[in-house]
Amino acid sequence: MTTTNDRGIAQMLWDFFCSLKLSIFLLIGLAITSIIGTVIPQVPVPSEYIQTISPFKLQLYGKLGFFDMYHSWWFILLLYLLTVNLIACSIKRLPRVWKIISEPTLVMDDGFERSLSLTHEIKATGTAPALKDKMAAFLKAEFAEPIVTEVSGEYHLFAQKNPYCRLGVYVVHLSIVIVFIGALIGSFFGYKAYVNIAEGSSVDSVESRSGKIMDLGFSVRCEKFAVSFYDTGAPKEFKSILTILENGKPVPGYENVKVIVNDPLTYKGITFYQSSYGAAGDTLYRFSVRKRTGGQPVPLITHEQDRTPLPDGSFMQIIGIAPEVGSDFPGCSGPGAKLEITRPDGRKEYSIVLLNPACRDFDEKRGGDLIFTFDGKDEKYFTGLQVAKDPGVWVVWLGCSLMVIGICMAFFMSHKRIWIRVGNGRVTLGGTASKNPAGFELVFQELAAKLDSGTK
Amino acid sequence: MSSSMLFNVTTISYMVSTLLFLAFLATKNKNVGFSGTMVAIFGFLLQTAAIGLRWKESYDLGRGHAPLSNLFESVVFFSWTIVLIFLIIDFKYKYRAVGFFVVPFALLGMAWAQLGLDSGIEPLVPALQSNWLLYHVITCFLGYAAFAVACGLSIMYLIREKQEDSSASSPAGGVIAMFPSVKVLDDLNYKAIMIGFPLLTLGIVTGAAWANYAWGTYWSWDPKETWSLIVWFIYAAFLHARITRGWVGRRAAILSVVGFAATIFCYLGVNLFLSGLHSYGK
Ligand code: HEM
Repeated sequence: MTTTNDRGIAQMLWDFFCSLKLSIFLLIGLAITSIIGTVIPQVPVPSEYIQTISPFKLQLYGKLGFFDMYHSWWFILLLYLLTVNLIACSIKRLPRVWKIISEPTLVMDDGFERSLSLTHEIKATGTAPALKDKMAAFLKAEFAEPIVTEVSGEYHLFAQKNPYCRLGVYVVHLSIVIVFIGALIGSFFGYKAYVNIAEGSSVDSVESRSGKIMDLGFSVRCEKFAVSFYDTGAPKEFKSILTILENGKPVPGYENVKVIVNDPLTYKGITFYQSSYGAAGDTLYRFSVRKRTGGQPVPLITHEQDRTPLPDGSFMQIIGIAPEVGSDFPGCSGPGAKLEITRPDGRKEYSIVLLNPACRDFDEKRGGDLIFTFDGKDEKYFTGLQVAKDPGVWVVWLGCSLMVIGICMAFFMSHKRIWIRVGNGRVTLGGTASKNPAGFELVFQELAAKLDSGTK
Repeated sequence: MSSSMLFNVTTISYMVSTLLFLAFLATKNKNVGFSGTMVAIFGFLLQTAAIGLRWKESYDLGRGHAPLSNLFESVVFFSWTIVLIFLIIDFKYKYRAVGFFVVPFALLGMAWAQLGLDSGIEPLVPALQSNWLLYHVITCFLGYAAFAVACGLSIMYLIREKQEDSSASSPAGGVIAMFPSVKVLDDLNYKAIMIGFPLLTLGIVTGAAWANYAWGTYWSWDPKETWSLIVWFIYAAFLHARITRGWVGRRAAILSVVGFAATIFCYLGVNLFLSGLHSYGK
């Protein structure tokens, strides 16, 4: 009793999942529900938006998963239902289609002839065997190589083109399942992350979007970052120069690689994409110092906070820096710095240096025995890189390629079949195609016309 | 001669072509219908030249890039693809009356681009500096154009069917008599979508490939991506609905119009009303 009941339920489930009505419902349902996530902001939800909606709505949307809609249980469920529906439908129909391909109807009997919309009959002179050979040659030359079957004195010829395009639909359906599998592999075994690397420094781990620290297994050093602009002021190019390090040593072939937007770097399945940039804070300043009594100027490279030793045992420190000093020092527009020099005996001196080339000698006029010049500043940037590891991406591309191939097979190719029955003094032609009946009718009429003129 | 002058003449051509198709519906004079197609071809050739010229002009300005990077350029290209698909269908099936329901979409696009949009040639921001832009935009827009043609055909279907219903026994008269029969319209609608669906699929796939190449994620549920998927779902539903009986004809025509409305929202509405990565339509 229970077993029949179970079978009944299983049968019902199977019928439910084999229904094309369900597919249309699911496709339209996915289309409509997808709209929600394009109207309601998705995680991370901007706080300005949260302030504009009522607490009730906030709670409701949260419960329904509207803020991360495409990962909510009910959306994923719809996608799984679609997959099951697709597989069930395909399993149900594939054997029938496979039979059409693997066991073609070789014989056009009267009943079958009546079911064909395209038929043509010709009176021909000659015996059946002779006509049969002629027809076989004709089909081979004009259409495709025929299979000949003899049935009670009559000959049946069957020829077909593109039988496998009937599988196109199933290639498409399979490809969708493959894309899903690729996406699942990516979500289980891959991650997306983000990392900032200051020029000259390196990282060996990144923080994933979910906040986990992911060990890269190697290091990436940012050698340099540069940004350039069009004359309109719009950005033209963001460029990072990266080096991959294994155990602290640069990997050959991965040294000083240029990474720009639309041209990432991939190493060991992990890809680094140029995404943003910013000021890294510690700008390098270059000065030089020379003795008034003569001698070579000594270059000094320093950060804003550094106490930099000078050759004579003094120390120098930047105590003020301004990006623009033109209003205080007319004619010297550009950056300037105030330096504090602590002599070996503890005495302090102050020096003002200006970057503008016309004012390089400003400190000389101070009269001290050490003369400073401002030679330049190297602003340091950090590069913001998006980091992605997705081992499923190849599966997704495989699925996408199959999908395009399958759609072309399903839409633009047609399984064309031609039968010829040869009796004494009589030849009957029949044909059918799986797609584009109007186009096939022309082909068929042309074949019939050739046959007419050939047998007269 | 500049590309903007050629675009002006293009717009005028499409207007003349639309009027000629209207005159054709009114007079049933075959020569008028034929001249409508000829003027559309003339406009199409001019527009092709103008797009090529604009491409060259961008190089002369030192900002060389394919003319597909801002809203003006994309609307112009969209109207170009609509006329292209229309001409293919006109050439193959020679139902002149279709012109009156399709060329106006191209005219509307051109008029809007010229009157309402900024036609300056801007340099390409880093995110768009990729060959994928070309593949992605061309496939998407050819798909959209096929859906536009399908929508025009569906509107004709709905008008003709209504007429036949109301004048049940007497054959459809007047302007409507110039329409192809409902059976032909239904079939052409299906054919146009059979051209559009593979192209949209390719457009989504090339978009995903580009996103993966440039950002490391082939799919991020950005509103534009999501809407293109919505459009894809609708047309997939259309294709499957045809297999089950009862969904040809009227319901299929309505689904095709809904599909095109979603397409237009995907193309313009997303830029105007929602925010995301594809925000060239500021
Ligand atoms: C719920 C999931 C789906 C089910 C149950 C389903 C089922 C079917 C069935 C039964 C057919 C007819 C096969 C035949 O003629 O023997 C078909 C055709 C087709 N399916 Fe699906 N399908 C689904 C989803 C999709 C999706 C998402 C696509 C997207 C590309 C798709 C693409 C196609 C195509 C292109 C055809 C051929 C249509 C034609 O010849 O006009 N299917 N599908």
